[in-house]
Amino acid sequence: MSIDPQQQPAGAGPGSATVAPAPEISARADEARDARREQFRLLRRSKTFIAGSLILGFWVICAIFGDLIAPDDPFATDPLNDLAAPSGDHWFGTDRLGRDVLSRVIVGAQDILLVAPLATLLATALGTVLGLVTGYFRGAVDDVISRIIDALLALPVVVLGSVAIVALGPSNSTLIIVIGLAFAPVIARTVRAAVLTEREYEYVAAARLRNENTPYILFAEILPNVSGPIMVEFTVRLGYAIFAIATLSFLGLGIQPPAPDWGVQIAEHYGLISGGYWWPVLFPALAVASLVTAVNLMADGISQAFERG
Amino acid sequence: MARFIAKRVALGLVTLWLLSVMIFLLAQVLPGDVARRILGPFADQSAVDALNEELGTDRSLITQYLDWIGGFVTGDMGESLAFRRPVEDVLGPALVNSAKLALVAFIIVVPLAILGGVYAALKEARPADRLISVGGLSATAIPEFVWAVVLILVFALTLDLLPVTAQAPPGAGFFTELKYLLLPALCLVFVLFGYIARMARAGTIESLDADYTRTAIIKGLPRRAVIRRHVLRNSLLPTIAVVATQLGYLIGGLVVIEVIFNYNGIGQALYDALQAKDFPLIQSAVLIVGIVYLVATLLADIAYSVLNPRVRLGAAE
Repeated sequence: MSIDPQQQPAGAGPGSATVAPAPEISARADEARDARREQFRLLRRSKTFIAGSLILGFWVICAIFGDLIAPDDPFATDPLNDLAAPSGDHWFGTDRLGRDVLSRVIVGAQDILLVAPLATLLATALGTVLGLVTGYFRGAVDDVISRIIDALLALPVVVLGSVAIVALGPSNSTLIIVIGLAFAPVIARTVRAAVLTEREYEYVAAARLRNENTPYILFAEILPNVSGPIMVEFTVRLGYAIFAIATLSFLGLGIQPPAPDWGVQIAEHYGLISGGYWWPVLFPALAVASLVTAVNLMADGISQAFERG
Repeated sequence: MARFIAKRVALGLVTLWLLSVMIFLLAQVLPGDVARRILGPFADQSAVDALNEELGTDRSLITQYLDWIGGFVTGDMGESLAFRRPVEDVLGPALVNSAKLALVAFIIVVPLAILGGVYAALKEARPADRLISVGGLSATAIPEFVWAVVLILVFALTLDLLPVTAQAPPGAGFFTELKYLLLPALCLVFVLFGYIARMARAGTIESLDADYTRTAIIKGLPRRAVIRRHVLRNSLLPTIAVVATQLGYLIGGLVVIEVIFNYNGIGQALYDALQAKDFPLIQSAVLIVGIVYLVATLLADIAYSVLNPRVRLGAAE
């Protein structure tokens, strides 16, 4: 990497490069630490963040201990007692195969809370690398990748995802990969914008002067300073991933039956609501709604804390 | 100005070309051998080869791509495997139906969301603002099919006000058709409201803070005039761009809404094609979805620059 003389810090000639302005650098580090502490303090006091975390926490407990909490076996069918209305025996009623809707709603948190975070993690990792590379190098690499990202963003995730899943065949691992790839471009765009401002700072020029290699500059110097936008992006995308996966499952292209996924349950029963059988549809619908709302409330709290600080 | 537009159009065409290549790869290459897929794993290799030759899928990928894209441009999109009809005969009427549904949704949501966003900005940090902002955000986060089942339960089954399907009986008048479209459109309204309101709110807050607003107030203009002539004119510009990008989300939502309400639009056509693995129909439908989005964002870009004197005069220099 050649060094553009104009990007050298003022007064840093060849001789003075070793006499690093140490106090300034540690002052910046202190400042960063204080800013981070302030951000977490704001976060702990954010009502929307707390409300979101409590609801998400509830569903995480259902996902992990669901089999213990559920009053019935979520897979046990009871043909003599199908589509029974909510009662003392079955608080949320039974579905068309006589399975207990309450148990299926509780255990239904499992698949989506595994698939959505893993897909978002994959998207964030890919998007971060792409954003760092395009923002740092700019030029031809940036132009080509940015055009491809623009083209990908022209398709709604559900449309892009459903075509890829039909081509590959649906399964939880396909779902993770497809959603991960589909969300990476948006994250890349956000990270790229953050890197474009970071790369002009003196600490990047200083690292170049010390002859650090490019991966070190990207991941050890710039990455920690763009972690705020990346965290915001992760929570926002997690909400969208739950949205997209629930929608794909509803369309029969996401999580597959007999898994008691909420989208799958709604798909199996929405044709019955005009017959008055509302319970196998309404309860899973409320579950999806509460989960996405929770993640979005958290994302709102995080972005307020990190973007104002 | 003309140069700016020409540059945007050229860039849009490059993006569109890349998009068509990606869709082609996704729909034609990812699933593997076409004839093998149709005939199954136990079919004789010679039969597979013969079918590939008949379908033209034994030719080089570049020839196949050029064949498809050439046909697409001239309106010959090939034969749909599921509908046994030319693809363009399926997609043409479907596109018209989807446009109707989208139009009803937009006519409701755009004024409502702008009004809500501006009102929230004027009441910044007060309860009304929190209600619109957090409520809008939560409504946006909930998938369309969840809104659909909740709205069907309330308006169609409990209150018995609106029909459960979106497809009006053939020969129905304008108002009957509108009545059938109201419930599905309402689901889209819930999902779109938050984004547009948020942008209108942010734009209004920014221009309320701007120097020209302070000048107008100091000049002694009444508050209503300040808001109408100085604040709104500037605050609603960024909202145009958001309304255009929402069109992309809208089409994603159309797939689900049209399936639930049994409405013959492009979303339903795409869903049927996906279920039947009808790749000729899939790739053309998806490309149309992409074109609609790219054209909408391009028009928004141009409208933004025409309406914004800073961009207009800057580009003229």
